[in-house]
Amino acid sequence: MSAWPLYEVFVRSKRGLNHVHVGSLHAADDETALRHARDLYTRRNEGVSIWVVRSDHIAATSPDEKDPFFAPSGDKVYRHPTFYAIPDDVPHM
Amino acid sequence: MPDLEDHFDRTIERDQRVEPRDWMPDGYRATMVRQIAQHAHSEIIGMQPEGEWITRAPSLRRKAILLAKVQDEAGHGLYLYSAAETLGADRAELTAMLIEGRQKYSSIFNYPTLTYADVGVIGWLVDGAAICNQVPLCRSSYGPYARAMIRICKEESFHQRQGYELLMTMMKGTEVQRAMVQDAVDRWWWPSLMMFGPPDDASPNTARSMAWKIKRHTNDELRQRFVDMSVPQAESLGVTLPDPELRWNAERGHHDFGPIDWSELQRVISGDGPCNAQRVAVRRAAHENGTWVREAAVAHARKAAVPRSAGVFA
Repeated sequence: MSAWPLYEVFVRSKRGLNHVHVGSLHAADDETALRHARDLYTRRNEGVSIWVVRSDHIAATSPDEKDPFFAPSGDKVYRHPTFYAIPDDVPHM
Repeated sequence: MPDLEDHFDRTIERDQRVEPRDWMPDGYRATMVRQIAQHAHSEIIGMQPEGEWITRAPSLRRKAILLAKVQDEAGHGLYLYSAAETLGADRAELTAMLIEGRQKYSSIFNYPTLTYADVGVIGWLVDGAAICNQVPLCRSSYGPYARAMIRICKEESFHQRQGYELLMTMMKGTEVQRAMVQDAVDRWWWPSLMMFGPPDDASPNTARSMAWKIKRHTNDELRQRFVDMSVPQAESLGVTLPDPELRWNAERGHHDFGPIDWSELQRVISGDGPCNAQRVAVRRAAHENGTWVREAAVAHARKAAVPRSAGVFA
């Protein structure tokens, strides 16, 4: 087994955008994980901010339960603006 | 598993990406791990042939460029190990398999870099061939691999251009420098063509990899594309590609080229290339010499994790 734990890396490419997952790396602790992330994922100004988090601290949905898990949003068409019929001549809608 | 298999097949069929936690056939997973690991190892071993020239680069500018390039190769290796880990492979185990000779890396890195012109020719031809191979892999069906390839391809463009520019500079130099470039081209041309792998009729896994959309083009298609790209580049540079049979075929719309010595590729792959033993020995030494650093970092992390209220200051 690897002695250093696995970290997932998220980079904000510029102000105004969300952090996006870019990959993973191994590091002994949080601080070195940030330094490794800088060296590995931002060698060409790809980021203004980095998050790292231990991979085993991430909870995720399972693909096997994909359909039932997301089913509650599937049948609620009334959540979308196109559900409502408005005459074409009503302005700014 | 008929539902899961059906879902996987439909994902591939619709040209969607397979993601880490999806169900996938064992053969798909094993093929992806093998391909990604082999690719990662190639990047890591690939640091060596050019790395040897960092201390001997002819100017500070060339030294900074070469350092950046070799650092990129390390980065590419790490992006790929990261992708392999999403399939359940363990990074330390992959490194162990490389240094124990249980997994392979690209045969091209078993050739020596005899002169500084080799640095330029590796950038132009070897990285050029890598780009030909890798651009279609940006659409490979396994999501983390495709995303790593996008990142890698962006950076490879710098690698190829710095090599070509280096060669242009040497070609404007002395007669001796021009001869060095030609000599390097003579030595690297054929091994570069071999980088695309065996011919299609001797590549048993190609059909399955194409059905799974891991690969998008056959070895021979990509090799032809590379030859067609390289001919005008060689002309512009003023070098001769070492193949008397190389000529434009108007009927095919491609360049014809001479037969490749596949026994050489076989020999180098099976461990009998000029530098195989040295490459693996250097990688093994780097790994073993780094043991104390890995252990010290863990010890430091443990010590720092003890709360200060316990009276311990890291």
